[in-house]
Amino acid sequence: MYKIGVVGDKDSVLAFKALGVDVFTVTGEHDARKTVDTLARNRYGIIFITEQMASLIPDTIARYDKEIIPAVILIPSNQGTLNIGMDRINRNVEKAVGTNIL
Amino acid sequence: MAKLNVNPTRMELSTLKIRLVTAKRGHKLLKDKQDELMRRFIELIKKNKQLRVDVEKELGDSFKEFLQASAVMSPEMMEEAVAIPKEEITLDVKKKNIMSVNVPIMTFKRKLEDDQGSIYPYGLAQTSSELDDAISKLYNIMPKLLELAQVEKACQLMADEIEGTRRRVNALEYRTIPDLEETIRFIRMKLDENERSTITRLMKVKDMIK
Repeated sequence: MYKIGVVGDKDSVLAFKALGVDVFTVTGEHDARKTVDTLARNRYGIIFITEQMASLIPDTIARYDKEIIPAVILIPSNQGTLNIGMDRINRNVEKAVGTNIL
Repeated sequence: MAKLNVNPTRMELSTLKIRLVTAKRGHKLLKDKQDELMRRFIELIKKNKQLRVDVEKELGDSFKEFLQASAVMSPEMMEEAVAIPKEEITLDVKKKNIMSVNVPIMTFKRKLEDDQGSIYPYGLAQTSSELDDAISKLYNIMPKLLELAQVEKACQLMADEIEGTRRRVNALEYRTIPDLEETIRFIRMKLDENERSTITRLMKVKDMIK
């Protein structure tokens, strides 16, 4: 049985708490990296992370790309989207097909 | 094309022929795998993109509500309201094999599955209605968000696998198979040449004996 975690700045992720997923508020790069790594080790199946935080730790996110579990998924924060999530989809398409067909 | 560095003997010729057959067979199989993976991938990635667009938009709406709620309520009240959640979501992950790529199949268990009561973990007296809206929106996005997680992960894993498969197909198609063919041709020529030279030698010897 796996758990679901949400990582991000407090204003963005507080609302998730009411849904019964585990919420972790982080403030900086170091904090975010440590939290994601800890969650990955502790049987979290999905880690939602805000794009603002994800943009600080791209290498940590990339490390979990090849693993089946956990799935690290980017969500926009309350300041809107940075389009990193979309970029990742487009990069996947380019990697697989060779050009962007979408 | 570079020919392989081997001795032009019958023995090598037969090993190379076997290798060529294997390489061609491998190439065909891998090519089929790549085509099928690509077909599935394109199906999935379209879904992935659509889901992400939807989710990002809806999450944005929900955040707006939440922002309004936090504007009218004190931060302490806000935290208190959501501190003890009523709902609990856990996750069950199975693996599914799509063309030798293991992708996760995620199923979600909600503790309040059959509960008809309110989803809000707080009393209505001391919270603003914006908070209710924000939470109910977020609650409705959750299934989509979880589906997005599953699809996006599958796409990521498949993209990696397609990339690897394509390299292998190309390596076989443009490197291994032409090299083998060239080397086989080279050995054949060499053996034929040897045979001709033996015949000429024999003819010469016969002439001399006469």
